[in-house]
Amino acid sequence: MINTQDILQTIKMIREENLDIRTVTMGISLFDCISDDPARLEMKIYDKITTKAKDLVRVCEELEHTYGIPIVNKRISVTPISYVGANLSSAGYVRLAQILERAAKTLGVNFIGGFSALVQKGATKGAEALIEAIPEALTVTDHICSSVNVASTKAGINMDAVRRMGEIIKMTAESTRDRDSIGCAKLVVFANIPEDNPFMAGAMHGFGEPDTVINVGVSGPGVVAAAIKAAGDCDFSTLADTVKNVAFKITRVGQLIAKEAARRLNTPYGIVDLSLAPTPAAGDSVAEILENMGLACTGTHGTTAALALLNDAVKKGGVMASSHVGGLSGAFIPVSEDRGMIDAVKAGTLSLEKLEAMTAVCSVGLDMIAIPGDTSAATISGIIADEIAIGVVNTKTTAVRVIPAIGKRVGDDVAFGGLLGHAPIMPVREASCEAFIARGGRIPAPIHSLKN
Amino acid sequence: MKAVITVIGKDRVGIISMVSTECAAHSVNVIDISQTVLDGYFTMIMVVEISEMSTSFSAFAEHLAEKGRENALDIRVMHEDIFNAMHRI
Repeated sequence: MINTQDILQTIKMIREENLDIRTVTMGISLFDCISDDPARLEMKIYDKITTKAKDLVRVCEELEHTYGIPIVNKRISVTPISYVGANLSSAGYVRLAQILERAAKTLGVNFIGGFSALVQKGATKGAEALIEAIPEALTVTDHICSSVNVASTKAGINMDAVRRMGEIIKMTAESTRDRDSIGCAKLVVFANIPEDNPFMAGAMHGFGEPDTVINVGVSGPGVVAAAIKAAGDCDFSTLADTVKNVAFKITRVGQLIAKEAARRLNTPYGIVDLSLAPTPAAGDSVAEILENMGLACTGTHGTTAALALLNDAVKKGGVMASSHVGGLSGAFIPVSEDRGMIDAVKAGTLSLEKLEAMTAVCSVGLDMIAIPGDTSAATISGIIADEIAIGVVNTKTTAVRVIPAIGKRVGDDVAFGGLLGHAPIMPVREASCEAFIARGGRIPAPIHSLKN
Repeated sequence: MKAVITVIGKDRVGIISMVSTECAAHSVNVIDISQTVLDGYFTMIMVVEISEMSTSFSAFAEHLAEKGRENALDIRVMHEDIFNAMHRI
């Protein structure tokens, strides 16, 4: 028999601490849609996605009712589109993005991810055309997410791609300037991109994946923050154990939903992504967790250590709760999506440089950060290069999703609405890195002995 | 197969009667009832058997939630597996 206290604890987590399943994401391979006729390619892609995922939203809603837990997002990830449409022109890729948009609307899913290219060593003709198409594709669609992997620990950093992505981000910002440059919120630049990540904007369906798969991303910063508050004035060992215990419970819910969704959709279960994903809602903030540990404001000295403890304990608790773990798995620190982070930026305590340091010990990178609209493409490339270098050298995933908000400067705000939240514009360094970025070529892969 | 019905709100006459009448109407058998006070709110927990339930889980859960809204109560019906998953290894 389940005991009363356990039932009440679960109810409290859902009612008051914003426990939810952040996303159920169905991965769909599009390799069997490849065709040399663009019209046929478009038709096959639309048909495959709308057939395979036709019950996704309905099943997720059933699960919400059965288990009484919200599933915030129902999403789809697809094979990186640059591989599927390899011979398309840039205009052809934009059309394909519109086909994906149509499929998303037909199914009622929140996002389709995978308008992506992997160019860590170099770009194929198809990848180049897809990257070229990103600004327009993200302007004419609302539900499509794009990602570009520009580096890996084994390949090093493709600095030509880093330079190009600085320009592409700027162009995307310009072409969506009437909506606070929201296009950039759907575009992320990666190092060591995972192939089974259910979270946007970086979700894609990788090469070693089955034809279709169900991946689930959990959430629950509010639950962790409440548990730490309740633990009171304890030492670090107890603090880490507290986080582990809660992370275990959160992840078990993710595991249950993943297995049940997979069963009902007759689709293999892939992974649970052990993530603490915040939202702009009160009491759903990673920053609040850090502050409950004893920091007056996130971003102050001690923040990186607090985040390292949190991230590690979440993984340790989560790994035992789930049979297969993958994706990004770590605490996210997207500024615009986390009320505590927004407050810390406004208080002047949390800077871009501190965020960069924090990403060395957590998932996933410089995320949802608004910068002045007049920031040059080269400076954006410099920001990308720094963040990507952290991932490449430390054998981890890092990413950059910055929004140069056209027409805005430090002191202004941008508002994207919904889960994407709102953000104060953060200052960037004025000194130029243009000559560095302009060199082109590749930064060699790092050595993995002589660690220091 | 069991489910857990929780009712949270201001205590008043007839809550148990209302919920158990709904259960009976849907061939849901009440196995256990307990009540407590959580953060100042009356909280009732009912464990029920749903194998013979005459409607779908979603419909039953939505129906009780609606009954709750009409009476200023938060009524949730959740499959027992979520509690087992979280609190049992």
